[in-house]
Amino acid sequence: MKKRKHLGIVGLCLLVVGIHLYTAQTGTQFYLTQLTMAAYYGLLVIGLGVLMGYAGQISIGHAGFFAIGGYLSAALTTHNLLPFQDRPLVELLDNLGLLQPSVDLYGGALLTVVPWAACLFAMCMAALIALIIGIPVLKLKGHYLAMATLGFGMIIYRILLATPYFGAADGISGVPAFTLVPAIGSFEPIVVSGAFGLRVMNFYLAFGFLIIGMILLLNLIDSRSGRALRSLHGSGEAAEASGIDTAGFKLRVFVLSAVYAALAGVMLTHYNGGIGPSEASVMKSVRYVALVAVGGMTNLWGILIMGVGLTFLSLRGVFGVYDDAVFGMILILVMLFAPNGILSLRIQSVLHRLFPRGSGNEPMEKQHRSAESPGS
Amino acid sequence: MLELKSVNKKFGGLHAVNDVSFRVEPGCIKAVIGPNGAGKTTLFNLITGNLPVTSGTISFEGQEIQNTKPHQAAALGMARTFQNVKLFHGMTALECVMVGRHLRSRAGFISGLFNLPWTWKEERAIRAASMELLDMLQIAEFAGVEATSLSFGQQRAVEMARALALEPRLLLLDEPAAGLNIYETAEIARLIRRIRDMGITVVLVEHDMSLVMDISDEVVVLSFGRKLAEDSPLNIQQNEEVIKIYLGEDDAFAQ
Amino acid sequence: MSLDLFFQYLFAGITYGSIYAIVAIGFNIIYNTTGIINFAQGEFVMLGGMISISLLPFMPLPLAIAGAVAITMVIGALMEICFIRWLESPSVLRMIIITIGISILLRESALHIWGESIRSLPYFYGNEISAFTIGSVRFSPQVLWVIIACGLMVIALSIFFKMTPVGREMRACAANRTAALLCGISTRNMVTLSFMLSAGIGALAGCVMSPITYTQYDIGTTLAIKGFTVAILGGLGNYPGAVAAGILLGTLEAFSISVVPLAFQDAVAITILLLILFIRPHGLFGSSEAARLKDF
Repeated sequence: MKKRKHLGIVGLCLLVVGIHLYTAQTGTQFYLTQLTMAAYYGLLVIGLGVLMGYAGQISIGHAGFFAIGGYLSAALTTHNLLPFQDRPLVELLDNLGLLQPSVDLYGGALLTVVPWAACLFAMCMAALIALIIGIPVLKLKGHYLAMATLGFGMIIYRILLATPYFGAADGISGVPAFTLVPAIGSFEPIVVSGAFGLRVMNFYLAFGFLIIGMILLLNLIDSRSGRALRSLHGSGEAAEASGIDTAGFKLRVFVLSAVYAALAGVMLTHYNGGIGPSEASVMKSVRYVALVAVGGMTNLWGILIMGVGLTFLSLRGVFGVYDDAVFGMILILVMLFAPNGILSLRIQSVLHRLFPRGSGNEPMEKQHRSAESPGS
Repeated sequence: MLELKSVNKKFGGLHAVNDVSFRVEPGCIKAVIGPNGAGKTTLFNLITGNLPVTSGTISFEGQEIQNTKPHQAAALGMARTFQNVKLFHGMTALECVMVGRHLRSRAGFISGLFNLPWTWKEERAIRAASMELLDMLQIAEFAGVEATSLSFGQQRAVEMARALALEPRLLLLDEPAAGLNIYETAEIARLIRRIRDMGITVVLVEHDMSLVMDISDEVVVLSFGRKLAEDSPLNIQQNEEVIKIYLGEDDAFAQ
Repeated sequence: MSLDLFFQYLFAGITYGSIYAIVAIGFNIIYNTTGIINFAQGEFVMLGGMISISLLPFMPLPLAIAGAVAITMVIGALMEICFIRWLESPSVLRMIIITIGISILLRESALHIWGESIRSLPYFYGNEISAFTIGSVRFSPQVLWVIIACGLMVIALSIFFKMTPVGREMRACAANRTAALLCGISTRNMVTLSFMLSAGIGALAGCVMSPITYTQYDIGTTLAIKGFTVAILGGLGNYPGAVAAGILLGTLEAFSISVVPLAFQDAVAITILLLILFIRPHGLFGSSEAARLKDF
């Protein structure tokens, strides 16, 4: 298990470098832009994957957390605080060094929150909201949980659409670049930005986030908490009999996945320079569920590959006007024919070919399914 | 050790457990028997907190536990197995047992996330203790196999190991011999005695009379939710009422 | 609030509430026979409206509505036959995801067929400005159509379930599937029938509401979540409960306009849903003991 984990991470790193070199060779570096975005969406999707696959909780509202992250960071770093300069709160923030002066498109002076502070605030808010709604929501099961999370996503969407502070139907644009690490000595600063010259850096940055996020989740799955989570999905009753506080663990994973989503939202918003209400729509949430399902609920690597791969294709416009329909179709087909993800399908068929008489693999599969059906 | 005082459980109109009281002394093996539907498993679920009691008190080592949640009951030192073995699919036998060590280890969510160095030692300890238990139950060779793909008897053993990994003071076994053949049953009997000798009090629900009469120190008989008798195995076998409910009112002798 | 305004809100509430009640009954029919919550329920309403609007140029209004209901019923049946019938004891999670997928497919198909434009059927009687007045309260005749249609549907359904052999078989299937199967009832056909039935009443609701509320390709999700709220509020599987809860939610929503901005109207319904899920998931009228026995 441990060895496979390290191998996978090294493989992923090599792949990322390989893609960069390939695009540099062939002069197709414009791919890097969509790959960068896909990596951030991938970060959200693996977080959701742990929630769905390992904690066994569906969430059809994760676009809501993405939007909370993105919108809060965007609003804080673009809204001018100069007119409120005398208010005690603004003064306090200024004294703490959390505000920065800048210039808007037309040369007007601005006073906005530093991206770092905005980012941290947005992630904390996402965590807090996840905590508050998670306590009651996670007591629900099955259809109730699905509807409750769907409802949460829709509320966020409606609030964004109806609030002038968040730009209503237009969303927020003109979000500044996010200087993650300032210039130190001869090293250039690390900046999250869609600027042309920073494309390669941002490509590596996005995959850096994704890889670190992946390592953390893999660590978690292998740890005591991870075993508790997996046991909870396997049999809630037996997990409780072993002294595992199932509600507490579900909640923690819910909050963790919300933080992943919010981080993805913050980064992508600074990268794109803006965010619109469609990012919070139900369709987006469903799409994330689809990506987790295609990758295979309990197969984090599959989720990562499918999450980044399919999002990249979608961003490239491969599916054209049928984009949403394609994801709907994927959802249905995967759930009908390969509920464990399409990667599991191939491995199984390979195994069947290698051991035509069924190496005890089939009954295992059946048991797995029968164990799954009554509970969840 | 464990004491039930006029415990009642109603499901709507059904009085599943009706005014049941008994005590379990430390270090003994107590069996709960009764015909199907007598409320045995319900009683177990009440003790472990899987179901809330309608009225009455249950105390464990002097502490009232009728309102605790299952995981809190486990934290008090109470482990259980299930009638139709509940293992964690997708996990190996060893991992299943390691889950049982949950309460005897303390690496938290965050330190798990970052794989902090101090958790490594604990992980090794968990692994070693779990292997030891698999060894004791003679299933060490299946440690790396997915637990749900093992034979039924082996799955029972894994479940037992998972329960023991908790280092409980009280072990509740729900039909430990169901679905086992005669040799495996004998094996289970030996094992339960050995568990008792380790200082763990055992309460079991069982249908297999030979096993019950063989190993238990005391027997409680339930019928339609009521306690019918409580005595030593020998006296229970002589108890006419018990014979009646097991063999039927009229044809007790015809059969 | 003046008395006039009060009645205006009340009628608006009852109108919308009737629609929600019909969607909720659609949920209940399928839930009762299969234990599935059909997330594509709102799309049936959208399809009913859209298809009848498209049929209207070729035939008189009643025929167009009948045609729309029939076509939607066929779609409902096809959906069950293609995607649900042959799954053996699927997990709840799987069923949720499949019906969500179906709802997206239906919505996207509607988008490609009818575009993003907002459409509506003409008023069944009179037009936008014709109105009945009772005292000083004015209300559109279409409101009466909606209430009458919904009332008739509820009566027809209760007669169907109580009096007809097929209805009784469906109820048997709902009560205990295995036992129904052993009595020689084809439970599979009953499930198909329940999908057709709930598609049909959804489509009819979509037709009668179209002149007032308009029809667009994406109205399904909002309707589904409100219909679900009503179904839960009334107790899942409980038909009279759904009617009462529908009118309750519709009225609450209508009156909420006087307190919160219009843009937050949907948020009101969803907040009610979340509250009811947290506080009384077995509904206002159901019992908690019975609800605990259900498979959730």
